[in-house]
Amino acid sequence: MKQKRKAFSGIGQLIIPLVALSLLILFNLFRDPGFFSIGVAVNSSGNKVLSGNLISVIDSASELAIISMGMTLVTAACGGQDISVGAVGSIAGAVFVKVLLGASSINGGIVVLGIIACCLATIAFKLFNGALVAVFRIQPMIATLILYSCGRSIAYWISGSATPQLNSPIISAMGMTIPGIPVPTPIFAVILVGLLLALLFKLTNTSLYTQTVGINQGAARLNGINPILIKLLSFVILGVCVAVAAVIGVCRMGNLSHKTLLVDIEMDAILAVAIGGNNLGGGKFRISGSILGAYIIQMLTTTLYAMNVPPVNVKAYKAVVIVIIVVAGSPVVKSKVTAMWNRLRSGGSTAAVQKGVRG
Amino acid sequence: MSAVKTERAAKRREPLTNTSLLMLISVCIFFFMYAAAIIFMGDSGFTKPQMFFDLLNDNAYLIIIACSLTIVMIGGGINISVGGVIGLTVMACALFLNGNGIENSFLSILLTLLLALGIGLAFGVGQGFLVSYLDIQPFIVTLAGMFLSRGLTTILSVNPVKVTHAGFLELVKTKIKIPWLGYTAQNGNLIPAKLEIGAVVALCVVVLMYVLLRYMRLGRHIYALGGNQQSALMLGINVRRARFSSYVISGVLSGLAGFIFLMHKPTGNASVAMRSEMDAIAASIIGGTLLTGGVGNVIGTFFGVMILATIQKIIGLSPLKESYWQDMTSGAMLGFFILLQSVVLSSRGKKMKLPDWMKIGAPKKTA
Repeated sequence: MKQKRKAFSGIGQLIIPLVALSLLILFNLFRDPGFFSIGVAVNSSGNKVLSGNLISVIDSASELAIISMGMTLVTAACGGQDISVGAVGSIAGAVFVKVLLGASSINGGIVVLGIIACCLATIAFKLFNGALVAVFRIQPMIATLILYSCGRSIAYWISGSATPQLNSPIISAMGMTIPGIPVPTPIFAVILVGLLLALLFKLTNTSLYTQTVGINQGAARLNGINPILIKLLSFVILGVCVAVAAVIGVCRMGNLSHKTLLVDIEMDAILAVAIGGNNLGGGKFRISGSILGAYIIQMLTTTLYAMNVPPVNVKAYKAVVIVIIVVAGSPVVKSKVTAMWNRLRSGGSTAAVQKGVRG
Repeated sequence: MSAVKTERAAKRREPLTNTSLLMLISVCIFFFMYAAAIIFMGDSGFTKPQMFFDLLNDNAYLIIIACSLTIVMIGGGINISVGGVIGLTVMACALFLNGNGIENSFLSILLTLLLALGIGLAFGVGQGFLVSYLDIQPFIVTLAGMFLSRGLTTILSVNPVKVTHAGFLELVKTKIKIPWLGYTAQNGNLIPAKLEIGAVVALCVVVLMYVLLRYMRLGRHIYALGGNQQSALMLGINVRRARFSSYVISGVLSGLAGFIFLMHKPTGNASVAMRSEMDAIAASIIGGTLLTGGVGNVIGTFFGVMILATIQKIIGLSPLKESYWQDMTSGAMLGFFILLQSVVLSSRGKKMKLPDWMKIGAPKKTA
């Protein structure tokens, strides 16, 4: 029984995002039954690719999903959010493009080198953030405000003035589809990052330690966990996530514009973490919730586009849906709903009902 | 009477030392920086009082929203929707001024001001209710507020809207002239120093908020709430109402800031005051407000805004004209202040308290 409840309580936080996602899907099915139809189209380079709204949602949420995975860890360990991911992503893109354009021709080796350089750059910047948070004990939002305000300028400074173009089949294969495989490549990147994180959690105690540090830093230290190391590790993982997302972003566009690469993704990533039912105050976390959150946000955006809402106005409708989701997930509303549920079922055995609802 | 005053002063000094210390640092740095600018860049206008007034004129709206953020941050919350509310207010007011068709220009401007305050109030009440009565994390609520206000701005109009209302344009041109702070131009004419109405309003807001936080019950409640919510609750303070009020004040002030912005630049635009919420947060931090709550002062915030503005002015006048140098220097400056605060506070053995939504547990003791 105890085991069952434990397994149940983990899923509990996913109820609201799952309900939100299903409502969105149902809404779309009623609005336009063909919304989720998947077809096969031939893209500009002559490859057969899958097309359809569903594929486009999953594809374009890739960057957000990857970054929200890293953001979940930072949130859990530090109890705050990193608002500089978009700006650091822009720096990462600049480094990537710089390495690729420095070579005489773009081949596989140079791309790998570029990705490594890009990862190193983001890790360095994230370690700067991490050091401010972990060692100097500055609140994450304030510490990352520094790079938030000047990161894009650094990217501009690295890349030079113009928006550099990247024209290569490798780049378009990485950003769109590999010839012969009909599924967009970014989806594989999400799966890869997700698998690596899952492996990390399965093989090491990182997940447990991160939650411990997030819940009570002092207690974690007394139990022999070094909170500084754990926090730095969460920032390093976020750094790698940002680098991957930036490479996808650059490859998708085929060029680098330091002002628009991953713009405002920090806000969406934090939203994804919150919609996924994670506590923004740190502690327990569930990466699957954040990934779900990322897809909800993208699904919402795509739905609004499909309803012919102009892109600049999407934010307003998004805000309304977000408020509905967070209100539904707020502790006050939850307890009210629980109480009401109990009153409705007061004839039956209240204790059992309580357990069920809590689960 | 005076004995009571001194007794009060002695009492006051005790619990607020951190606030005053951090504020003192930023005030000193501002005067040091301004003095350095006068000495090294005197030719570019820093010796004239008009330069100082220009800083005030250009940043009046920023001063107001920085004050509004200071109040919310003292209460342990955050409000990142202020920039969006300014954008929405500016757009709505510009459209209203152009299209209301009211003959009486005074009435028309008054209604516009009320509209601006109303928009701010609506956002303040909505966000305050969600944060304090439904216990939702303030970052998410105000993020939604930011999305909503920016989205509504573009729904109102995607294209820039220029104000054509004659009475309002007259108001925009009205400046307070201070002859004795002016300077003599090369042709011998005395050019008086000019201060915009918005700057005066901003200064009034600073004073009002200072009085509110320092001497009024609500202000003390907000400090108590940010310092330690549990203790505040046990002392019988209506924590929810205090938090709600802090968001309402913040909302109204951002509406006012929007009106002041329109008085400085009478054009509504979708990108008005973009990212200004982060500037306001930075200014509050430089001025000695802690995001953790309970510590802060609007006077410090005022100097925080002036420090940021002076840095930008200095870099704009220096050979490093490119905009990325401006961003990078203000980033470096922000980093310097944040580190300074961290070092100062930890060297005083003061433990930082985090609000509920960003708790990291008990901080390690420094050896």
